[in-house]
Amino acid sequence: MSIHDLVADDQPDKFAFSSENEALIKKIIAKYPEGKQASAVMPLLDLAQRQHDNWIPMSAIELIAERLDMAKIRVLEVASFYTMYNLKPVGKYFFQLCGTTPCMLRGSDDLSRCVKDKLNISSGEITPDGKFSILEVECLGACVNAPIVQVNDDFYEDLDYDSMASLIDSFAEDLPPPIGSVKSRSGSQAVTGPTSLTKLTEKQNVVKSSGKLKKEPNSLSEHVRNKVHASG
Amino acid sequence: MPKLTVNSIEVEVEQGASVLQACEEAGFEIPRFCYHERLSIAGNCRMCLVDMERAPKPIASCAMPASDGMVIDTQSERVKKAREGVMEFLLLNHPLDCPICDQGGECDLQDQAMGYGLDGSRYKETKRAVEEKQMGPLIKTIMTRCIHCTRCVRFATEVAGVPDLGAIGRGEQVEITTYLEKTIASELSANVIDLCPVGALTSKPYAFISRPWELSKTESVDVMDAQGSNIRIDSRGNQVLRIMPRLNEEVNEEWITDKARFAIDGLKNQRLDRPYVRGTNGKLEPSSWDNAFKIIAKQLKKVKPDNFGVIAGDQIDAETMFAMKLLMEKIGSPHMDCRQDGANIEGSARAGYLFNSSIAGIDDADALLIIGSNPRIEAPVLNARIRKRYLNAGIPVGYIGPTVDLTYPTNFLGSDPSVLQAIAEKKHPFCKFFKSAKNPMIIVGNGLLIRDDAKALLNYISTIIKNFEVIYKGWNGFNVLHTAASRVAGLDISFLPGKNGKSAKKMLKDASAGKMQMIWLLGADEIDTAKLKNTFVVYQGHHGDAGAHIADIILPGAAYTEKNGIYLNFEGRVQEVRRATFPPGEAKDDWSIIRAFSGFIGHPLSFDSHDACRQMLFTNHPHFAEIGQLHKSRWRRIGKPGKVFNSPILPALTEFYMTCPMSRASQTMADTRTSRENNSKPMAAE
Amino acid sequence: MLQDKDRIFTNIYGWHEASLSGAKKRGDWDNTKSILALGHDEIIEQMKASGLRGRGGAGFPTGVKWSFMPKEVSNRPHYLVVNADESEPGTCKDRDILRNEPHKLIEGCLIAGFAMRAHVAYIYIRGEFVNEYKVLQGAIDECYESGLLGGNAVNSGWSFDIFVHRGAGAYICGEETALLESLEGKKGQPRLKPPFPAGVGLYGCPTTVNNVESIAVAPTILRRGANWFSSLGKENNTGTKLFCISGHVNSPCNVEEEMGIPLKDLLEKHAGGVRGGWENLLAIIPGGSSTPLITKDVCETMTMDFDALRAAGTGLGTAGVIVMDKSTDIVRAISRLSYFYKHESCGQCTPCREGTGWMWRMMDRLVRGQAEPYEIDTLYEITKQVEGHTICALGDAAAWPIQGLIKNFRPELERRIQINKTVTQAAE
Repeated sequence: MSIHDLVADDQPDKFAFSSENEALIKKIIAKYPEGKQASAVMPLLDLAQRQHDNWIPMSAIELIAERLDMAKIRVLEVASFYTMYNLKPVGKYFFQLCGTTPCMLRGSDDLSRCVKDKLNISSGEITPDGKFSILEVECLGACVNAPIVQVNDDFYEDLDYDSMASLIDSFAEDLPPPIGSVKSRSGSQAVTGPTSLTKLTEKQNVVKSSGKLKKEPNSLSEHVRNKVHASG
Repeated sequence: MPKLTVNSIEVEVEQGASVLQACEEAGFEIPRFCYHERLSIAGNCRMCLVDMERAPKPIASCAMPASDGMVIDTQSERVKKAREGVMEFLLLNHPLDCPICDQGGECDLQDQAMGYGLDGSRYKETKRAVEEKQMGPLIKTIMTRCIHCTRCVRFATEVAGVPDLGAIGRGEQVEITTYLEKTIASELSANVIDLCPVGALTSKPYAFISRPWELSKTESVDVMDAQGSNIRIDSRGNQVLRIMPRLNEEVNEEWITDKARFAIDGLKNQRLDRPYVRGTNGKLEPSSWDNAFKIIAKQLKKVKPDNFGVIAGDQIDAETMFAMKLLMEKIGSPHMDCRQDGANIEGSARAGYLFNSSIAGIDDADALLIIGSNPRIEAPVLNARIRKRYLNAGIPVGYIGPTVDLTYPTNFLGSDPSVLQAIAEKKHPFCKFFKSAKNPMIIVGNGLLIRDDAKALLNYISTIIKNFEVIYKGWNGFNVLHTAASRVAGLDISFLPGKNGKSAKKMLKDASAGKMQMIWLLGADEIDTAKLKNTFVVYQGHHGDAGAHIADIILPGAAYTEKNGIYLNFEGRVQEVRRATFPPGEAKDDWSIIRAFSGFIGHPLSFDSHDACRQMLFTNHPHFAEIGQLHKSRWRRIGKPGKVFNSPILPALTEFYMTCPMSRASQTMADTRTSRENNSKPMAAE
Repeated sequence: MLQDKDRIFTNIYGWHEASLSGAKKRGDWDNTKSILALGHDEIIEQMKASGLRGRGGAGFPTGVKWSFMPKEVSNRPHYLVVNADESEPGTCKDRDILRNEPHKLIEGCLIAGFAMRAHVAYIYIRGEFVNEYKVLQGAIDECYESGLLGGNAVNSGWSFDIFVHRGAGAYICGEETALLESLEGKKGQPRLKPPFPAGVGLYGCPTTVNNVESIAVAPTILRRGANWFSSLGKENNTGTKLFCISGHVNSPCNVEEEMGIPLKDLLEKHAGGVRGGWENLLAIIPGGSSTPLITKDVCETMTMDFDALRAAGTGLGTAGVIVMDKSTDIVRAISRLSYFYKHESCGQCTPCREGTGWMWRMMDRLVRGQAEPYEIDTLYEITKQVEGHTICALGDAAAWPIQGLIKNFRPELERRIQINKTVTQAAE
């Protein structure tokens, strides 16, 4: 895609990292061997994006190039290769709706329809007030909890049209709901209740280096029991 | 050395050779787009797939190292299918615009489609269109044609050393571009035009000008710098339409500078196409050869031979200087010089003014010290070779002069002349590199030679040479990097002040003091012409530049594309430029002008043809007959002790694009310079 | 069916603390020093003996892979790189390890790193897993505080550092050499092989890239013994495996099961069975989106292991089981995968860059039947033109699902073309 399609028209003149981020940058660069500071380009782009309303201006790309002793075009290559770098503004709540087959099979179409119905935007669009934007993305890697939407950093799982609608409502009121499954299941266990590891609650086993099995001292916590019960 | 079998033919190749090279060695051509001998291996086009015994799928032959016992098949049905498949993919989104494409007739994709393409397209979907990218005044982009081979990106990054090009986006959206579409900041940028296997990157000045089969091709040599890059002049009728590089591993590999390629529009501007004489009103007026000669002869009679001198410029062929030298002997004046810049270098010790290591010798150097030169702008192709050596061997490069970007890591030692003394006296940290180097190399630029203390500095360099064994049997690490194409030939034939003769510098000085009444400028424009205000000036040359402006008489000569002539590059390599077109109007070959004038004044030179002139040159200077050859010369210590000034050592040139009358007359060069300057300006708001 | 006592990931659903104290209760980090005391080569030998095959999709024996690392460390340090860029559609097992069992992974890194004489491991985690990253990084920080990592990891005298590197949205970075490129700060474009990472990997140094699950099971294998692990599952397909069951089942879930479990058992015992009953099954993608689908009749008797699935012309891959019942628009389901591969092609080499787009566009027409019958063959030929001709396996991965569709559902494709023709003609 051409540079004009790729990056925002309105660009700030300058970008500078905050002092907190400057401190982080030192730590990040130290993760890589000396002279291999280019490895830090991805984390630095991420930092810039987080600092700058979830999108990266060209001035940040240039600053990062300078900081890491890279050619600007190399940083732009990276920034334009990975889909998580936003080179244009996105909504305050950036909905990334997974549309790949496992989510599609579980009704992701309903979720985009819900977004269209409630917010009147389609993939790649932003609401006029800048509060919401939506993008259909590829597999988010939570397929057994499909369909999924990622809102900024957080996954919301097991959605359907109605739960998506209430999710949007919550964000509209700036009240993000608890992350994870909206059906209150724990992680990726079956929504009807776990089919494995249940025996472990009954004084079962833990491996010690002796090779013998030992007891798991803690039984399932009350919290999880309730959850399991509720979802079952 | 691995032995392998290609299509039942046994072949032995160098260690490290690829399967592709082995196939070629065995006589089988392997189609390719991304692979290029001088670039890193990308393996991305997949056109070079071949079958290898026991491999489950075809292998990319360009990327697979040849190893002992391999059995390769380049003719199997599977290979044929694979090639056809790749070709079909490449053509999917490639536009069918060959009729309006400048690459037509010399397009790898076109050629290989003939061999491997299907006769129709099975692609029914919408084709991809890609926006053009700005890359400056030299490179035209039609990016829909791009097949993503990344040769251009690799050239810029690896050879030119300017990581300005990249491929942004991913998948089928990948696009080649410069950062924010800035001009490529390289003096070698236009080589990507030759490298591009399709019509994505083509020559902007040559756009829609001609088809390759309409062109007459003349093998020649570039004179925009002193490297002598081998070129081909493509002309139609009496017009030079483009310059292309010619392969010469010893000189320029296959690269040429942007100036060598694109200053040619300067051939059409500001040309001197007839003789001029300055009238009584002070204005130059058109005249005839006869009248011009008459006035010169009259003036020559008026002044004593001791008040007459000749200064030869930077792009004069050997024959012309030779003829002029003979004429000066007849006239009886010892005042001639081929060093218009005032370089303090003499003709006695030939090894003292040559690039002795040879250009190819850079590939063996293991430490380098550059003094008073900026090779990136003085000889960009040479600079790329230094960069290549750096990339291959990581050699230390010391630099005496101001901080400049040479495209490879450089050890800046400062520009103070005392650094040279410190190195000579083994007191400088850089000495350790020279000490441990087997083949240390020194490059001395004109920036040092034009200093008044050049001899004293060269004396230090002689000491360095002695102390660090820079010269020994089998290696001569002393190199002068001249910037003038005519310089070495001039020094070789001793177009230098004769007995009691004056140097160019002295002639100019005396002229401004009224002690030099007549000066003949043989294409010499890089001088302070203000000093010639009160002197009778004959300017012989091809462009209306500084020299012509001060002249009383103008004798129109031939540019390097319009004549046959011998040039010696800074290595001392004898090479020929050849006539591709004729000089404009009444302009003539320079040697013949001198021959004609010699007859006019009754001292006819003893040759009547260019051939005869050249034969006489060969008789007097036999090594000029060894075309293409290097003539090694014995080293004798140069320089002599003396006072060293403390002014900083600077390169002689700070400008690349417009350095001679022809390049100054080139709009393309002017535009490129401006465009490069604009690169550093902040991005305009889109 | 696997018994709970033989399950490695006892906190896979996150019922308990992911933290160090929680992990220790589950047996992690128990005398790790004694495992390291086995020595570099013995650890590798035991891993070989366990029969563990890489859990990232290709199924290459893990111990053998480790043994490719040079036995001596030259001036180029060795690196372990963990591939936590889980992005294969249908797969979400590593996510559970990262967020619920991070210490199994961290301990595995130390052991694997030690075995291959590496002092540094990088864990490359997909960028979208922000919360998983936080848990993982928190767990690593705990380990440094407790001396389990750092200059003298678990008091073994071996210095070991782990750094987490976040990706930023590129499926191709799951390809090991693309991952290394990405880690070096470049676009994630796969490298040409040879050279292989064990010789020239990260920063040009010897490197082994392993999947999260492969590394995370290593400590338990070494604690309980190679024999224990190899006694589970089937010959050449040993041990336990995390399965991800998504799509049209009554209760999609992740579960750790024995290798070689019958597919039908897997679905019915753990995922509540196919929606609408087994008879309502249309097809299953058994090992993540790259593996060709299998139809119900094949599913009846299929067991979930590398060899059985391979014999059926598909693969275990990442064990991401995508179930499709009879309500599925199978052409669209595969077309959506074609879009995925087009979207994720890095664009480096010709057949993939151009072929994935072409294949998707044809698939997109076939969803609506807007094609001629002969184009089914054309499409099949194109998949063959891509397959085996690319730098990495993404080209193959894009080709196989379509091949599976054409092989098994050709009548459906033809039916749509026919309907479309009829409708168009009627309209004219």
